[in-house]
Amino acid sequence: MTVNALAKEDFDPASVVTHDPVVRVEAISKHYGSVEALRSIDLQFERGKLTTLLGPSGCGKTTLLKIIAGLVPATSGQIVVNGRAVTGPGPERAFVFQDFALMPWATVLRNVGFGLELKGMAAAERNRIARRYIEEVGLQGFEDKYPHELSGGMRQRVGIARAFAVNADVLLLDEPFSAVDEQNRRKFQEDLLRLVEMERKTFIFVTHSIEEAVYVSDRIVLLSPRPGRVSNIIDPRIDRTANPDDIRRDPGYLDVVEEIWQGLRHYAE
Amino acid sequence: MSVMSQDVKVVAPAATTREALRLFAERRRSFWVVLSLAVLFTTWEIAGRIPISFAFPTFLDTLAAFFEMVGDGTMIRAFFLTLQPLVLGVAVSALLGITLGIVMGLSDRVEWLLAPVFIVLQAAPMAALVPLVTFVYGIGLVAKTLAVIMLALPVIVLNSYKAVRHVNPSLVDMCRSFQGTRRQQIFKIIIPDASPVLFAGLRLGVAAGFIGVMLAELLITPTGIGDLITYHRSVANYAHMYAAVAAIIAASTVTLALLQWFETNVMRPEKRRS
Repeated sequence: MTVNALAKEDFDPASVVTHDPVVRVEAISKHYGSVEALRSIDLQFERGKLTTLLGPSGCGKTTLLKIIAGLVPATSGQIVVNGRAVTGPGPERAFVFQDFALMPWATVLRNVGFGLELKGMAAAERNRIARRYIEEVGLQGFEDKYPHELSGGMRQRVGIARAFAVNADVLLLDEPFSAVDEQNRRKFQEDLLRLVEMERKTFIFVTHSIEEAVYVSDRIVLLSPRPGRVSNIIDPRIDRTANPDDIRRDPGYLDVVEEIWQGLRHYAE
Repeated sequence: MSVMSQDVKVVAPAATTREALRLFAERRRSFWVVLSLAVLFTTWEIAGRIPISFAFPTFLDTLAAFFEMVGDGTMIRAFFLTLQPLVLGVAVSALLGITLGIVMGLSDRVEWLLAPVFIVLQAAPMAALVPLVTFVYGIGLVAKTLAVIMLALPVIVLNSYKAVRHVNPSLVDMCRSFQGTRRQQIFKIIIPDASPVLFAGLRLGVAAGFIGVMLAELLITPTGIGDLITYHRSVANYAHMYAAVAAIIAASTVTLALLQWFETNVMRPEKRRS
């Protein structure tokens, strides 16, 4: 396990090597009126890996994710996906929302297939694909339920299945488990790792939970607030073949959590 | 399982009339609706028998007058006349109002252009404007339809506009993130998500339309139900007058209930399950 020294004043993101970057963030800045939310962010996201954007509230991590998704325009800089600069949402990226963003009037089946419905795919075809992903996230039997009949954790599974169903290269997850209770959260993190393994996609994950970031990530990008900047990049290198409970007790895992906390504690009130 | 089967054994032999009624009351909402109406009509009957005023008929007299008017065809003819401007006016208000409201909700410029007009119209005491309508459009169907539209349209427009403005922004982002077109965004996300408030506006609009048609029939020219009310009042036939009033109230209530049914069963299927 290698950990870069934390919160170094002279940290240079360019010194971090990224092989085969699927998403490149180039000199992205964002201003909301006179408020500077993000200052000149340069980042690369490696294909097939799970990278976490971690930082205290106000560090602009969700804003950065939404800029990558094309949902929020950047003030300057550009986003390059698969070698092409993008200005809006595209089929190579799919978004998982913090508040699930499920249509309350539609069944689980229709919600999961909604991305395909918007592309004009015939009902039979999209329902077949939707059923496959409903099963993959463990919701078989709930196809005809409405969102309000599901628990918070199940609703987010619907959101994840919907993002998988469009077969994007990059999945953008905005604090997907923050509205889920602690027990389900852990189960969720384990399921997410299983899906990362199965689907071989690139995941960009936003969270404010240090433990969650260390547990699920191949790489953690630490952001510091006001304005949001990259303060460090950490590769936890945790052996994920081990039993989840053992990982959470592993001294290496606990050391990384502790070091990140030491780096972030001066931002806490 | 054993608890359940025990329950069944206890209930089954004791299925007397009282017991059946008690079970029905626990399970059915309709029991309470009927009870509520029964209390209302009984109070009416007692008040009529005291009597609280020589011009206040009992419930049973009013009911008899109603059936008499249905029997001799006057009630049906009256409804035929009243429903023409009402249905026409409500249909125009609903189509125009929902369309304008949605466009106002989608575009700031259209909102700035139209919102002040409808806010003034909603605040204005419309009954005061009905004579003006008569002055310009005479006493025919057009004037009465206009009276209905004047009352129904502003509330439908303003509610539709508010409905669109309160659509969950996260759902709109979701549609954008899956590259939905603007058209898909409007028809697959914005309108369905706005539909509860849209329908609330429509219900208020239909209720206002009933007020409009009664104002028109009482203030412009006595026709239809308005004529029945005016005529029977003038000849002191109070039971018949009350029957006409109650009939239009009942028609309004049934229309609103049908609209509610349509909304929950056609527009928002998830609301059928609790």
